[in-house]
Amino acid sequence: MSTLSEVVIIDYGMGNLHSVAKAVEHATPKSKIHISNQLSIIQNADRIIFPGVGAMAACMHELQQLDLIHILQEAAKNKPFLGICLGLQALLEHSEENDGTQGLGIIPGNVKQFSKKMPAMDHTSYLKIPHMGWNQVYQECPHPLWTNISQHSRFYFVHSYYVTPQIPSMLAASSHYGHRFCVAIQHDNIFAVQFHPEKSQHAGLQFYANFMQWDGNNTLSSQ
Amino acid sequence: MGLAKRIIPCLDVDKGRVVKGVKFVDIQDAGDPVEIARRYDQEGADEITFLDITATHEGRDTIVQVVEQVAGEVFIPLTVGGGISSIEDIRKMLHAGADKVAINSAAVRKPEFVQHAAQHFGSQCIVVAIDAKRVASDPLKWEIFTHGGRKASGIDAIEWAKKMTLYGAGELLVTSMDCDGTKNGFDLPLMYTINQQVDIPVIASGGVGTLQHLVEGVTQGHADAVLAASIFHFQEYSIKEAKQYMADQGIEVRL
Repeated sequence: MSTLSEVVIIDYGMGNLHSVAKAVEHATPKSKIHISNQLSIIQNADRIIFPGVGAMAACMHELQQLDLIHILQEAAKNKPFLGICLGLQALLEHSEENDGTQGLGIIPGNVKQFSKKMPAMDHTSYLKIPHMGWNQVYQECPHPLWTNISQHSRFYFVHSYYVTPQIPSMLAASSHYGHRFCVAIQHDNIFAVQFHPEKSQHAGLQFYANFMQWDGNNTLSSQ
Repeated sequence: MGLAKRIIPCLDVDKGRVVKGVKFVDIQDAGDPVEIARRYDQEGADEITFLDITATHEGRDTIVQVVEQVAGEVFIPLTVGGGISSIEDIRKMLHAGADKVAINSAAVRKPEFVQHAAQHFGSQCIVVAIDAKRVASDPLKWEIFTHGGRKASGIDAIEWAKKMTLYGAGELLVTSMDCDGTKNGFDLPLMYTINQQVDIPVIASGGVGTLQHLVEGVTQGHADAVLAASIFHFQEYSIKEAKQYMADQGIEVRL
């Protein structure tokens, strides 16, 4: 098992970097955490966390301004790489947000907006958007990042868009809100989630602990 | 099974201490906010809301320290409200570890502030707090009050809720000034009416005295989340008991 744990949280001026850092620190007190957008730090880190909240167009704009697009695409090739929320959505090719925005294109597929006309349980009203609160996460496949997290554990979400990866085997978890949708993708050394582990109490801290120990292989036997 | 209804304990904080007023006056000391937040987290609170009621500008920095301390050990969403009136105020709170800010009087003074805040930080962290009071009974009408319930604005509460949604609020925190502190339950017609008129999540607040009131907020008020202060502060009920009670009534909660 890999015990290296020098992680860089990508700082591109958006998102709750400090919340993520505090949760990672709490989950793995011995880890070394950088919050940075500098090439040398990203290149030297053992693993990458790519967080994000806010709008997709602003996210891509900031990444361009900071010259981070190529760096992220390279980093996503080999090191354990974790995308969170907008950091998941930005990995895909295209998002409907902001009248259409190109993503990093690391994961084939698109990002769609929840319909405002999804009937609620009482059938007299519509589901509220954003999808906000604690929803159950169904683990679609075994993965090292699900270690010690029970099936259907609740995680905290806040988002109005959701990802639709093109390749079925990349679906790592799903939830239900109006319809079943993808809340986690996995591809080799990449794992990315729609929910916020840093706001998901015990399950979230366990998830970060799992990520910090992960060697980047997507099979359980490799650990 | 799917999204759970949320239970949100609220801490009214004055100069770094938790207090709870009845109808926004008659303030009692209820303890240290960090300690109480820690207890709520352990009991399974879905979020925690801090409302800073400190009157003086200098006293307000204490809430930043409270949030910083809580955010370092409590890993659930934290909302901070009270006196938020500039982009800089919001930045300070988010930087301290808050996930959302609740905007109240500043939105009434200048509705565009909500637009700017949502554009700047994203709707997901902008909660608009609405303090509403009944001003007519047939048909029912509610008006917005500001300054801790002392100042009438002349604005219709339902129209205001719709406007704030259009301006980019991610969530509404609706408090009935008539019910707050009474322990007689939510103003259910107010909650129901707003919930029918907006398509963003609504937190019901003001009046919770029993666990059945929490249930009614969801089943009759159609709220997405219920907020309460005193029943949790004075340990009449734990959050765990509240959730179990709601689950027994068929409401989906995070247990």
